[in-house]
Amino acid sequence: MNIIQKIGIGLFLIGMTVFIAMPFIGNYTLSEEQVRTATKEIHQEQMTEILAPMYGVEYGSNFAFLSAFNENFSTYNDALKDQGAWDQVIWDDYGFPLAMAALESPVKSQPWIFLGLSIGLCVLGGLFFILPQYRGEPEGIKNNGIYHSSATSRGFIGIATGTFLILFYVLLYWYPAYLANHVWMVNPLSLLLSGNPASQWFLYGFIYTLAIAVMGVRMYRKYRGNKYQILRTSSVIFFQTAFAFLIPEILVLLNQPYFDFKNIWPLDYDFFYSYNLDTLISSGGFGLFMLMWGILLIIIGVPLLTYFYGKRWYCSWVCGCGGLAETVGDPYRQLSDKSLKAWKYERVIIHSVLVLAVVMTALTLVNYFMSFELLGNVTNQLHSFYGFAIGAAFSGVVGTGFYPFMGNRVWCRFGCPLAAYLGLVQRFKSRFRITTNGGQCISCGNCSTYCEMGIDVRWYAQRGQNIVRSSCVGCGVCSAVCPRGVLKLENDNEENRINDMPIIIGNDSIKVNA
Amino acid sequence: MSNSRHIVIIGNGISGVTLARHLRKADSNVRITLISGESKYFFSRTALMYIYMGHMKFEHTQPYENWFWEKNRIDLKEGWVKSIDYSSKELLFSDGEDLKYDLLVLAVGSKPNKFGWPGQDLKGVQGLYSKQDLELMEENTQGNVERAVIVGGGLIGIEMAEMLAYRKIPVTFLVREEGFWTNVLPKEESELVGRHIREHHIDLRLSTELDEILSDQNGRVRAIRTNTGEEIQCQFVGLTAGVKPNVDFLKGSDLEVNRGIRVNEFFETNIPEVYAIGDCAEFEQAPAVDRKNIEQVWYTGRMHGETLAQTLSGERTPYRPGHWFNSAKFLDIEYQTYGTVPAVWNQKEVDSFYWEHKNGKICFRMLMDKKGLLLGVNNFGFRLRHEFFDRALSEKWPGAKVIKNLKRANFDPEFFAPYHQLIQDQFLNEYGGDFTVSKSSWTQKLFGAKL
Repeated sequence: MNIIQKIGIGLFLIGMTVFIAMPFIGNYTLSEEQVRTATKEIHQEQMTEILAPMYGVEYGSNFAFLSAFNENFSTYNDALKDQGAWDQVIWDDYGFPLAMAALESPVKSQPWIFLGLSIGLCVLGGLFFILPQYRGEPEGIKNNGIYHSSATSRGFIGIATGTFLILFYVLLYWYPAYLANHVWMVNPLSLLLSGNPASQWFLYGFIYTLAIAVMGVRMYRKYRGNKYQILRTSSVIFFQTAFAFLIPEILVLLNQPYFDFKNIWPLDYDFFYSYNLDTLISSGGFGLFMLMWGILLIIIGVPLLTYFYGKRWYCSWVCGCGGLAETVGDPYRQLSDKSLKAWKYERVIIHSVLVLAVVMTALTLVNYFMSFELLGNVTNQLHSFYGFAIGAAFSGVVGTGFYPFMGNRVWCRFGCPLAAYLGLVQRFKSRFRITTNGGQCISCGNCSTYCEMGIDVRWYAQRGQNIVRSSCVGCGVCSAVCPRGVLKLENDNEENRINDMPIIIGNDSIKVNA
Repeated sequence: MSNSRHIVIIGNGISGVTLARHLRKADSNVRITLISGESKYFFSRTALMYIYMGHMKFEHTQPYENWFWEKNRIDLKEGWVKSIDYSSKELLFSDGEDLKYDLLVLAVGSKPNKFGWPGQDLKGVQGLYSKQDLELMEENTQGNVERAVIVGGGLIGIEMAEMLAYRKIPVTFLVREEGFWTNVLPKEESELVGRHIREHHIDLRLSTELDEILSDQNGRVRAIRTNTGEEIQCQFVGLTAGVKPNVDFLKGSDLEVNRGIRVNEFFETNIPEVYAIGDCAEFEQAPAVDRKNIEQVWYTGRMHGETLAQTLSGERTPYRPGHWFNSAKFLDIEYQTYGTVPAVWNQKEVDSFYWEHKNGKICFRMLMDKKGLLLGVNNFGFRLRHEFFDRALSEKWPGAKVIKNLKRANFDPEFFAPYHQLIQDQFLNEYGGDFTVSKSSWTQKLFGAKL
């Protein structure tokens, strides 16, 4: 490690420290005016009354502020619940907007400086560390020391990283009030892009996009000389930056609905929710175009592109979850479970999620077109269950938080309903396969070890069999790490694609199957 | 087939394991025992280097999960066989246990060559073949190793050099011949690999032999002396001058052993119901003109196992290997070969077409007979399709036809540079032909790597 890289690590650690310290900065003072602004009209009267004891009191920390808020709020709400006055209970979470309003902190007054000191230093430090890697070494992919490093072999650094990620996701989804400083920090940026104040989702999108870009640079270094990996990395950086981050913000700036053109139902599980349909339908021609675009992607785009190229066209070239997995998650790809048992769990779980998403959406649409006469609010409860269990806990907390424990594709492999759909097409009607090069396999295990989807690639390769698996996202790393040139991702005729009884070339003595 | 027949295989390398698997497939009744003192579970020997370099853990080198053996009723027996009583059909293990067999297969592999160098048994001096060798190498390179010397320029030598380089141990690489692996590689290929070895800052000494390994007062290597009299200080010596059949414990019995265990084309030894496959077997007659009497590569071991499984399950089958193929990786440069490409050839009988990329790291050689028919190819730095060349060799394609269709033989990942175009261009210049250079698709032109 050279001096620049050491400085890089130093900068990164300083940035992380500032980022982690941020929730503990500043104090909170609430006013009636703030409550009035932050609450819905129907709740304004109740809320201003409930929170009256807090007005003018200075709370030294978010813990103190939020516990006071919860105490006042719960006393009121719980009483209503006890009485069974369900129509009067306030279900909205006002903790976050009120914490945002009540906060007084150096971050809120100097957001750019703190942005530079936290995320800025992390990015800079990351690049300092990454750019000099492999300098002066000949081209070639080296997984040197992966299992000797605590970060990438479930050692202490790996556990710490996973814990940090899990904690961040828990705060983001369920306790955003603790991220008030972070959100204020990116507020000017949001104003610049969309003209709207930042939400926790803007913060998340911003960090997410930057992480993909910086770790994308790492991919360029690590896989230099491998054009497939380079192009694929450029593609996920592009789709994340343009389609997931910038275009939706710009659409909002132009008074259009927030829309990610590359997000596809059922991964985009709320696409057919009534509020989304209403928004798109009421947004004129462009909104209708978005609606049609979304539907066409589902019924034509997915099957057609998957037929020609396999599910990789989406999962490892376009998708945002895939983009994060392929860049930030790349150092953890070897941690996926390759056992037959894991494959059995995988099939049950991922297809269950697909069924759940389809049933939920079908009920939602029936309900929508029958003007909520059939099921009333039941679909709402279904939505909150799905949003909590699948949308947040599975795809976010487990999906990313478990990178350092179970590999970088936990969500994509076990949970993503779109991956399940793409996988069904890939397995049964596609030109894509990984071809095994005759009898050249030496069973070394590099392919299986580095398969992020936990496919035991070697099982097929050593029998001279093509790999046709619904879960394969076509990242191409098995092919890249193979020391004998045995694996090639290909789109070719469907004929002979699946060969259950392969014969290994090279032994004329026998004509039996491997 | 007798139901209770007990087939015992000594050695759970690729040949023994392949035999056991195929036997079980063909015959669900036969009792199979697989013996190994090295490791209870089968692992890929070729992957040992990756464990040392932290690419994988030992468990990743095991091609089958541990439940596989019980499910397929292949009994695994750990232990070293000390001696065999062929008359009573009994094995004696080093721990005193014994085991009866009805039919015995020896798949006992190889061990590193040691040519009687003074000091070859000092501490810190070793070969690399087995799991135990790897563990020893781990131990031998833990301490203060300021330099390592590797003796012998073959595949294991260069692997060992790469392993040591990962641990930041400077390496001096002694090669007796004038170039790297010149008993297999033609001059240009050998030079290409030699340049790449030096590019990795490995001190490659060609035409240099080991004279003596010198000891310190603790019986550990402190230096070596070469045949030029130079003394090189080192704390580790890798002996990688090839391997030989691991047959010492079989010598002095009724079993006919020469360099390896003598077998015919059915892998039968001179003793009935005793067979030998893999590295340890020595054919009375080489299986083909371009093959050796002792075959010591992964693929041949596998084929021996596949073939003997046929015989042992009732269909007596001679060993008839197809067209030769092999592959390796020299640091970052991959190598494949199909058909026959010897290190030297008679120019009156053989034509050689050779192309090398201007970067000096990618090359292609095709040998043709005087009628222009394909004999074999070597490719370095890019990948070619086995199926394509197996067919071209079987159908005796003219070299020109191979080159014309070379795009179909390309096995590099998508968007890699289309080296076949440069090869076709040079071939047209040298030999002429009724074809044109293959075109790239527009996506390749737009996004693909440049030549």
